Amino acid sequence: MLKIGPYEFQSRLLLGTGKYPNMEVQKQAVEASGAEILTFAVRRMNIFAPNQPNFLENLDLTKYKLLPNTAGAKTAEEAVRIARLAKASGLCDMIKVEVIGCEKTLLPDPVETLKAAEILLQEGFIVLPYTSDDVVLAKRLQELGCHAIMPGASPIGSGQGIVNPLNLSLIIEQATVPVIVDAGIGSPADAAMAMELGADGVLLNTAVSGAADPVKMAKAMKLAVEAGRLGYEAGRIPKKRYATASSPTEGMSVV
Amino acid sequence: MELVINGESIQVPNEVKTVSDLLAHFQLNKKIAIVEVNLTIIPKQQYETTTLCNGDKVEIVHFVGGG
Repeated sequence: MLKIGPYEFQSRLLLGTGKYPNMEVQKQAVEASGAEILTFAVRRMNIFAPNQPNFLENLDLTKYKLLPNTAGAKTAEEAVRIARLAKASGLCDMIKVEVIGCEKTLLPDPVETLKAAEILLQEGFIVLPYTSDDVVLAKRLQELGCHAIMPGASPIGSGQGIVNPLNLSLIIEQATVPVIVDAGIGSPADAAMAMELGADGVLLNTAVSGAADPVKMAKAMKLAVEAGRLGYEAGRIPKKRYATASSPTEGMSVV
Repeated sequence: MELVINGESIQVPNEVKTVSDLLAHFQLNKKIAIVEVNLTIIPKQQYETTTLCNGDKVEIVHFVGGG
């Protein structure tokens, strides 16, 4: 069970809703993923296209929790403004704080992220900051009262997987709130690895929406997250330098 | 009356007096939208009582796909 603030979830896979080939594929992918938390962005509406289909409006909101992000913000002030707009919808009180500090790498601005998180916590939001895999920053965000910490595995949309497993495992080890590995996941193996490291969840988008078959990949990610978690809970064997026979060494007279 | 909606100067008919009227005018009243007037978020309950003036800066935003 994944607990974030007052909420409980069966699924440990959080899914982004951007960049799907079409809305039908998106709908099926969301279902196949088993995700209960879906991220969204807040953007200006095209007021001249009232009939433009909107994924959120076709979603059974009793089945999903919305996790709007503050993507587009470059400062704490902008992130806070976007978060307030999202909450004013009356549909959500969770917010993924995302303050980008570098256009090329889309890596988060740690100072602005910290500032935004502090303000939003004071305003009663359930705050999930997207952060780099900096161990001390993760600790500082946790001390502020953030409800989960979301370190990136590698740059957003890069599909490079977990480039610094050591930092991630250190963040996980010290955490007293859920750690959700966010961004950079490319394959089911990456998602399973994050979970085997002890992450409480994985948030991904492009790995599914950009796959040749997003629906199949959504299911693969669901299974990978479950497998990784089970493996973590089961406790893997230590690595040894030499072989250890799996078959008994007694009663070998027949050979 | 001229309003700046989502950064664009737009003429709206004189019948548009409130946020509620504005949304109805653009047939957006059934959409999941959030409205900000001059940087102040307008709660849904106040759509009918929030009047708009010439030159007001209105933002009408919604949720779109994102990660």
